Amino acid sequence: MSRKFDRAGEAGLQFYGKMTASMSHELKNVLAIIKENAGLLNDFTCMAEEGGMPVDLEKVKRVTEKIAKQTRRADGIVTRLNRFGHSIDESSKSVDLWDLLEFVVALSGRFASMRGVTLERKPPASRVTVTTVPFFLENLVWLCLDFAMGVAGTGKTVGLIVEETKNGARIKFTHLEDLAKVPPDTFPAQRAKVLLGALNSELAVDVEAQEIVLTLPESIGG
Amino acid sequence: MRVLLVDDERELVSTMAERLSFRGIDAEWACTCDDALKRVESTIFDLAVLDVKMPKMSGLELKRKLQAKCPGMKFIFMTGHGSKDDFEAGSAETGSEYYLVKPIRIEALIDKIKDACTK
Repeated sequence: MSRKFDRAGEAGLQFYGKMTASMSHELKNVLAIIKENAGLLNDFTCMAEEGGMPVDLEKVKRVTEKIAKQTRRADGIVTRLNRFGHSIDESSKSVDLWDLLEFVVALSGRFASMRGVTLERKPPASRVTVTTVPFFLENLVWLCLDFAMGVAGTGKTVGLIVEETKNGARIKFTHLEDLAKVPPDTFPAQRAKVLLGALNSELAVDVEAQEIVLTLPESIGG
Repeated sequence: MRVLLVDDERELVSTMAERLSFRGIDAEWACTCDDALKRVESTIFDLAVLDVKMPKMSGLELKRKLQAKCPGMKFIFMTGHGSKDDFEAGSAETGSEYYLVKPIRIEALIDKIKDACTK
């Protein structure tokens, strides 16, 4: 088990790097917007002081609202970053699968946007939990999502469904119309296979149903 | 001097355009590459400031398309990737000495715009 976990940990480092780089990039954009708007407020002040142009309070209000909005956005990114960092804390834990999926979707938002893919989620009727390694599962869900977004392509939608099963749960990645065009054995690739092994889980690529299905045991030890 | 700013962060480009206009530079902005390509059909721009990473089309791809439509247009790239390695890789990739890392100082941008337009 330990060797299996070490190999999954190596895959996890790539995932960790990709996600933190993406979040830092997003934060840079937010900081750039805050900086420009702070600069704009300074411009208003300079124009009033040096040019005698009266300050337009409506404009000032509009700019301060933009700064407040971007501050909230930055807070959301940092909160995600913090949660992501802490997902390594526990090696095994009971997780709400829908909550975890929503979190990975939030982490993947920028990647989906870059690819022009919409992620459509359908929440389960009731809470679905599994006992698993949260960080490995986040990584595996990301790999599935990354593959699914690549198959879907620009302007398309990937559906995400969480369902309870008799012995655990499953996540379906649906609407993959072009799945038949993907060469067999493309997915799962090595990294995903390592994680599937570490999580005692299974992955089915169903070309006919145009979906991939990740099946998880109720408990990783079970 | 007329400048087109292109970035998918609307609040960034709209504010940059406003600040540039206060400094005597006629600036317009677009949030999508498609919109940018439409703008150049009706307006002549001396220079475009492009974000490197944008949805659907990269800044580099957009540069090639804009160049085909507007042969004399100059370009400046901006990016959120801030490390020294990123900067060097980005400069090499874009083939541009006009490569700025966000957050950008408006004065630095104006210097680059003036420099690029006088070459």
